Amino acid sequence: MSYHNPYTPPRKSATFDDYTLAEIRRAAATGIYDIRGAGTKRKVPHFDDLLFLGASISRYPLEGYREKCDTSVVLGSRYAKKPIVLKTPITIAGMSFGALSGNAKEALGRGATIAGTSTTTGDGGMTDEERGHSQTLVYQYLPSRYGMNPKDLRRADAIEIVVGQGAKPGGGGMLLGQKISDRVANMRNLPKGIDQRSACRHPDWTGPDDLEIKIMELREITDWEKPIYVKVGGARPYYDTALAVKAGADVVVLDGMQGGTAATQDVFIENVGMPTLACIRPAVQALQDLGMHRKVQLIISGGIRSGADVAKALALGADAVAIGTAALVAIGDNDPHWEEEYQKLGTTAGAYDDWHEGKDPAGITTQDPELSKRLDPVAAGRRLANYLKVMTLEAQTIARACGKNHLHNLEPEDLVALTIEASAMAQVPLAGTSWIPGKGGF
Amino acid sequence: MSVSVKRESLEAMRTFDLATTPLRELNSALHTISPGANDTNFEVVNPRGSHSVAVGIDQPVVVDVHGSVGYYCAGMNDGGNVTVHGSAGPGVAENMMSGTVVIEGDASQYAGATGRGGLLVIKGNAASRCGISMKGIDIVVHGNIGHMSAFMGQSGHLVVLGNAGEALGDSIYEAKLFVRGEVKSLGADCIQKDMKPKHLKLLADLLEKAGVTDVKPEEFKRYGSARKLYNFNIDNAEAY
Repeated sequence: MSYHNPYTPPRKSATFDDYTLAEIRRAAATGIYDIRGAGTKRKVPHFDDLLFLGASISRYPLEGYREKCDTSVVLGSRYAKKPIVLKTPITIAGMSFGALSGNAKEALGRGATIAGTSTTTGDGGMTDEERGHSQTLVYQYLPSRYGMNPKDLRRADAIEIVVGQGAKPGGGGMLLGQKISDRVANMRNLPKGIDQRSACRHPDWTGPDDLEIKIMELREITDWEKPIYVKVGGARPYYDTALAVKAGADVVVLDGMQGGTAATQDVFIENVGMPTLACIRPAVQALQDLGMHRKVQLIISGGIRSGADVAKALALGADAVAIGTAALVAIGDNDPHWEEEYQKLGTTAGAYDDWHEGKDPAGITTQDPELSKRLDPVAAGRRLANYLKVMTLEAQTIARACGKNHLHNLEPEDLVALTIEASAMAQVPLAGTSWIPGKGGF
Repeated sequence: MSVSVKRESLEAMRTFDLATTPLRELNSALHTISPGANDTNFEVVNPRGSHSVAVGIDQPVVVDVHGSVGYYCAGMNDGGNVTVHGSAGPGVAENMMSGTVVIEGDASQYAGATGRGGLLVIKGNAASRCGISMKGIDIVVHGNIGHMSAFMGQSGHLVVLGNAGEALGDSIYEAKLFVRGEVKSLGADCIQKDMKPKHLKLLADLLEKAGVTDVKPEEFKRYGSARKLYNFNIDNAEAY
């Protein structure tokens, strides 16, 4: 009997998968690492791995649409004479004019203002348009100090000292020459068309003791009026939070690795920092250990997409959240409407991340005047406001189901985890058990 | 403009003794000066190394500090004339917009960091990272400066009558550096450049503004950017 070798399908390596092979070829062909925008694309434990329990015999719910569920939040009540009061705990994260078009910044300001929340400047300074269109504007104080000046410091509603961001804890930035228009160059005191490097460390302080003195200087300059936030990337959330509190922060902003960036090396985005879910409990623990939970507010960002994510972040102990990537999507980023043009750029709607190249078909991550014109800041602002309101309603819906009359009354006890990893990170029990890995001796 | 500042009226001088008066009162008084006010002369005694002395000035006030100060003295100064009759801690005149700051003694790290305008004169030595990320400020140091000075300097002028430490002007953009003494080493993308007549004139003006009369512009060498790192190129990776 003759033997026929049966067909076996070609087998590709799990280690050397198609994407990995393509990356090796790309590096070999170009001689440069891949730079892109947005946050990590790898799958990490996230809010999707948590569920709310809702009410039961021992917990009674609140009536939807009838019984009030408050969403307001006060930020900066520790030291600032003028704390910020927001109608919703969903804020807009820092994104620069330079990385974004003027119209995009205006849209973010308009949307946030309609929804009763704050928006934030970025690495490049404050524009008159965003100040004018933002009822509550947080002014970032970054290592580069691009666009930093005392007049804008005083006309800001809060100051955010940026130590790091989730997409690249420990990394600086690079705004490539093609996005440097005359106006961007002028705001940053640099020649047009050259790459603008943003330092990874602040030029005039290092370490928590210096930070304390720096915070005091900013308070003295602004006569102790403004809340001072300290933003850190998700690296060592317990110690970073504790040190920020020790240094005198009013608010700690903690950004996990799903948080976006305008332009960073892909290898950095994908391999440095921790998932947002893993950051929250250690930060809250630090606040609780210091007796400062709810006194120093905690803003969580990195991969917040829905009211459910908001409710979960707050249930784990955050006071507010910030959205960046989701806000850009709301105003039109990666919209299938521009699919034909995304295809011409070698990508597809939903995957476009070359935000640093300035060719954004949606007119958001660009300084090209023709592309920028595509974004109507009024209509886009309205979309963002709608989205913020939907998220707020969603979070309220969940909170009422858990019997809570304020989003801040959500608590870890309301949550269970779907996976062991999420259970360990969020420190809530695996669904159907009373087990939290690492707690109770095993 | 000269750094020797004339007082309009000695009678109007307000004295703050930081041994007995909170710093907040000094800075608050400096911030409540109305444009065109006469009451613009301030004297600070017993600073005892206090941080954030005379920060956020936004009017052309005159402040004389008798003693040494800590971090960030005259931070973000916008139009004030501040003289420290002593030494200054880290970050003196950081992010200065305009005006003049004179340190009679030495200055610690990051003097004039990210300064956007105005004149900072240090009559002693300055430590490391003097003029880091400078964005338009003019800095004149009578003595020596430490390592990594003018790192990522974007614009403005750094004049050093003494020597400069290691890695001067690392990753520099368009700031112009003039050093009279020795430079221990130059940082990435920083090179010595020709001293042309226009640079001699520029330097002469800076020296005059800083009240330096006993040295000549011809005694200095000029340093600035080779502009090779302005746009990323993988073949320059070793330079980063």
